[in-house]
Amino acid sequence: MTTVSSTPTPSSSARPTPPRVTYAARPESPRRPTPRWVRWSVTTGKYLSLVAVSLAMVVPLVVVVFTSLKTHEEAAVSNPLSPPHDWFNLHNYAVAFTDGRMLPAFLNTTFILVISVVGNIIVGSMAAYAIDRFEFRFKKLVLVLFLLATLVPSVTTQVATFQVIDTLGLFNTRWSAIALYMGTDILSIYIFLQFIRGIPVSLDESARLDGASSFTIYRRIILPLLRPAIATVVIIKGIFVYNDFYVPFLYMPSSDLGVVSTSLFRFKGPFGAQWEAISAGAILVILPTLAVFLALQRLIYNGMTSGSTK
Amino acid sequence: MSSPTTASAVARGVAGEMVVSSPGRLASRWTPWLFLLAPLLLLAVFTWVPVANLFFYSVTDWDGVSPDRSLVGLANYRELVTRPELFRVFLVSGYYLAASVVQLVLALYLATVLSFKTRFRNLFKGIIFFPYLINGVAIAFVFLFFFKPGGTLDSLLALVGISHDRLWLGDPALANPSLAAVSVWRYLGLNFILFLGAIQSVPGSLYEAAELDGATRWQQFRYLIAPSIKPILGLSVILAISGSLAVFEIPFIMTGGAGGTTTFVIQTVKQAFVFNKVGLASAASVVLLALVLLITWIQRRIVPDERVDLT
Repeated sequence: MTTVSSTPTPSSSARPTPPRVTYAARPESPRRPTPRWVRWSVTTGKYLSLVAVSLAMVVPLVVVVFTSLKTHEEAAVSNPLSPPHDWFNLHNYAVAFTDGRMLPAFLNTTFILVISVVGNIIVGSMAAYAIDRFEFRFKKLVLVLFLLATLVPSVTTQVATFQVIDTLGLFNTRWSAIALYMGTDILSIYIFLQFIRGIPVSLDESARLDGASSFTIYRRIILPLLRPAIATVVIIKGIFVYNDFYVPFLYMPSSDLGVVSTSLFRFKGPFGAQWEAISAGAILVILPTLAVFLALQRLIYNGMTSGSTK
Repeated sequence: MSSPTTASAVARGVAGEMVVSSPGRLASRWTPWLFLLAPLLLLAVFTWVPVANLFFYSVTDWDGVSPDRSLVGLANYRELVTRPELFRVFLVSGYYLAASVVQLVLALYLATVLSFKTRFRNLFKGIIFFPYLINGVAIAFVFLFFFKPGGTLDSLLALVGISHDRLWLGDPALANPSLAAVSVWRYLGLNFILFLGAIQSVPGSLYEAAELDGATRWQQFRYLIAPSIKPILGLSVILAISGSLAVFEIPFIMTGGAGGTTTFVIQTVKQAFVFNKVGLASAASVVLLALVLLITWIQRRIVPDERVDLT
């Protein structure tokens, strides 16, 4: 230490300042090593918090998986946290699949999902192409109309949207959901717009010199090069459509038109207290999501980050 | 920015002259509009017509079915402010807003921690993010089981010795916090992954340089991580506020709005489609729309957003 004077008086505590300043000003000051116990407790705290959060995320789901594999009597008396006796008791899944009308539900969802996602890609990429590659009158106005629309949350206008769907004769048809998923999502236009700027205009020009029409350029050059953006839109839109409850619940009340969310919702009615069956229904709906997530993890993470930053 | 555009315009003009069979000037002027036809039509029919109608309905006494409706001026708006039970729903939003503060802080912590080298990093990342992908109805059922008397939560509490069952969803004092907690469980992963993406967009060499210069973890957070997540933090705050005003699925499925858990959207849907008060529901929607736009405007003022310029 910097004990310059040997007198251990209380005033000496103020003295060490000058030598310390010169010490700190030296450029090659070695790093102050963190004490080992501090490091150890920081690391322990970090892993403890991560494990705690992970448990909070996983336990509610695992318990439902347990319940879905129990018999009715077992579910009624056993502790929810206890694992099932028979890990391969799939009876509840069969009940949920047939009585919950899950097969038509998955078919309805697939139908709506495929058409609205494809439509969204076509509409969004066409709009982005027109806005980015052409100069025309009212371009600013068109942009503002699209931009402002992103700020209008669709739940707020649903009362009036309902009348539009009704007037068009789409109420209680699959086309109501398709039209809304295609028409009210402007996000994809932004994803495409962002991406299309990165495609060099010289590509368009050389094709045009070769006599290609605007449509050919869009179809043969722009659309294929937009593939990464298309992947993002497919993921974001696909997850949204598969999970959406509000639109099908409001616009497709007929039980024949049940999609995954509304069928699961209606399944609870008659099976009110049979938690093992309801649990199986919930897990049945979660499983496809889990499979897609495990298969496309990287794409989904990228899609989420690039999608929401616009 | 202007030189490439003029260059391309010249190129196009030259092409038009050289290729004899190219479409005439009139056709080329209409080309962008042909591409915009479908997008604009959809935008008009499903966004702008409803918004315009919403304002119109809000000053009528329409029930949504009968052909006749009469203008009532601001009566619907007056009803909204004078009937306190209609305004109560905004207090419910407060629970979700408070929950989203917890959610953002927790997401920020997790993203920071996992941006450094960590064992089982991808596993933690996947576990935290996956709930965001799950169907809302399934989540509602999972948590109905979680909160039910003798369900997951009561059993967990019994493990640590707290064993008197509570009505987590039936007790008005507990119902809203319980539902807001479900919302945190569901949306934490989205904020987390957005923050993590932003943090990792900082080149790794910067962290290495900071480490070599002896920067502490806190200094790395303050000067490297914080600036990189600022734009995404602004966006997340907006999403949190407008999201807490627009909560619907979870309380609708789990409690049906009972026990003081009715949110703005549940109330509006009931008024419009159960009680046939389209006029009143529209007025309420206009208020919500105005609120969301106001909040967005304030956010844009506080955090100037350079991404908005699109030309």
